[in-house]
Amino acid sequence: MTYVRGLVCRECGRAVPQSPVHVCEYCFGPLEVDYEYSAIRAVLTKERVAAGPPSIWRYRDLLPLDGEPLVGRHVGLTPLVRARNLGEAWGLRELYLKNDAVCHPTWSFKDRVVSVAVNKARELGLDTLACASTGNLANSVAAHAAEAGLPAFVFIPVGLEAGKVLGTLVYGPVVFAVEGTYDDVNRLCSELADRHAWAFVNVNLRPYYAEGSKTVGYEIAEQLGWRVPGHVVVPCAGGGLLTKIGKAFAELGHLGLVEGQPPRMHAAQAAGCGPIVTMIREGSAVLVPVRPRTVAKSLAIGNPADGYYAAQAVRESGGWAAHATEEEIVEAMELLARTEGIFAETAGGVTLAATRKLVNEGRIGADEPVVVCITGSGLKTVEALDRRLPEPMRVGASLSAVEAVLPELQAITTR
Amino acid sequence: MPVLVRIPTPLRRHTGGAGEVYAKGKDVGEIVDDLERQFPGLRDRLCDETGDFRKFINVYVNQEDVRFLQGRESLLKDGDEVSIVPAIAGGR
Repeated sequence: MTYVRGLVCRECGRAVPQSPVHVCEYCFGPLEVDYEYSAIRAVLTKERVAAGPPSIWRYRDLLPLDGEPLVGRHVGLTPLVRARNLGEAWGLRELYLKNDAVCHPTWSFKDRVVSVAVNKARELGLDTLACASTGNLANSVAAHAAEAGLPAFVFIPVGLEAGKVLGTLVYGPVVFAVEGTYDDVNRLCSELADRHAWAFVNVNLRPYYAEGSKTVGYEIAEQLGWRVPGHVVVPCAGGGLLTKIGKAFAELGHLGLVEGQPPRMHAAQAAGCGPIVTMIREGSAVLVPVRPRTVAKSLAIGNPADGYYAAQAVRESGGWAAHATEEEIVEAMELLARTEGIFAETAGGVTLAATRKLVNEGRIGADEPVVVCITGSGLKTVEALDRRLPEPMRVGASLSAVEAVLPELQAITTR
Repeated sequence: MPVLVRIPTPLRRHTGGAGEVYAKGKDVGEIVDDLERQFPGLRDRLCDETGDFRKFINVYVNQEDVRFLQGRESLLKDGDEVSIVPAIAGGR
């Protein structure tokens, strides 16, 4: 059963039948999925969701597949963790972490979008997968291609973290390390998508793919007991995740599943690549692309595709935005690990550091529930912590060897 | 001096289906003028009322975004390649 009517241009409203196409032929505006919301409203209840599978597919009525998902059936429904230690330290009554660092199967939120896109590729009769990626998407496309038994062409910029490269190669796709930044990769892939009938998940399948990000918002609402948080802080690379989480809360309100004001959406970016945050903080109508220079490589998109829409979603929600410096990013990764026991990748450091700034600036109040989106695992970006952590203490395999050093460690163990 | 201009699929109805055409001009602005002469109506698809490229159009000279060059005044030489690429945005 599908509630998809087709695609529609966000700018000019022109309708297009479902196909692997992402740009309106008339005005170049982005195409998005057009749902039959009145039909969804008639069937979708909290009970129906609760009876669904423990994955993103419990929200299948709001995802753009015609049939049942054949791959990626275990993606999503990641923990929403109450961060009591950090909340107390920052004076926030209700702080939560949406932890996609443990998303199945490749430890980032990209599994959500890719599982939708790969199933859609099969429905559209496409037999080769492809993507332009800063790493997490590459991992997920490669893994889902393996599960689907389809070949994949993965394009990444040179110089990505070793874990992200290895975590792609292991699944056996063709990997191109393009000499340039992600923005170069993205441009190249746009041109390739025009020549080859491949399913570029984040180019020609983007209207479907991007819908997968909505599930972060649905899960947050359901896990809060069908409540809407006061604030959601989201890392921005292309800006799509923030835009779609905002859409998710709007849909839930429209469908009568939640009540009250939608959350204030806040954007987090690195100072070394923060064009969306800059646009918001300066109140600018124009997004000025930048050349990325940041350790947060998964967010290093200088010309963000959904930058305008992300800024619009932030403004309309009454949210704000903050940059994180390189040092703040890594400090926040360590802070998260040491206060909440969660090891996030550099993007998580960006988001947490930005959240602290928004609290300090008074943009996030103490009494409203705050959700911080952690989008990927720290084991993928270990280089960021190079030379910051102590070496393990090497000891002989005897009781006396350990006992001999214990007195010196008293200060640490009694903290 | 002619430069190669790559035309994306949504604009090829203006170029008789051609994905690559040649145009003349000393800078990107003049290339747009020449494209309009050859393929009337094309300018309107690329540029807004102020003459700037539309929000969802990215233009590259030899793989470099013209916003990092001199925009419409970006100079061209023989053998340069201009790519017109629709932005990839995902909608709401």
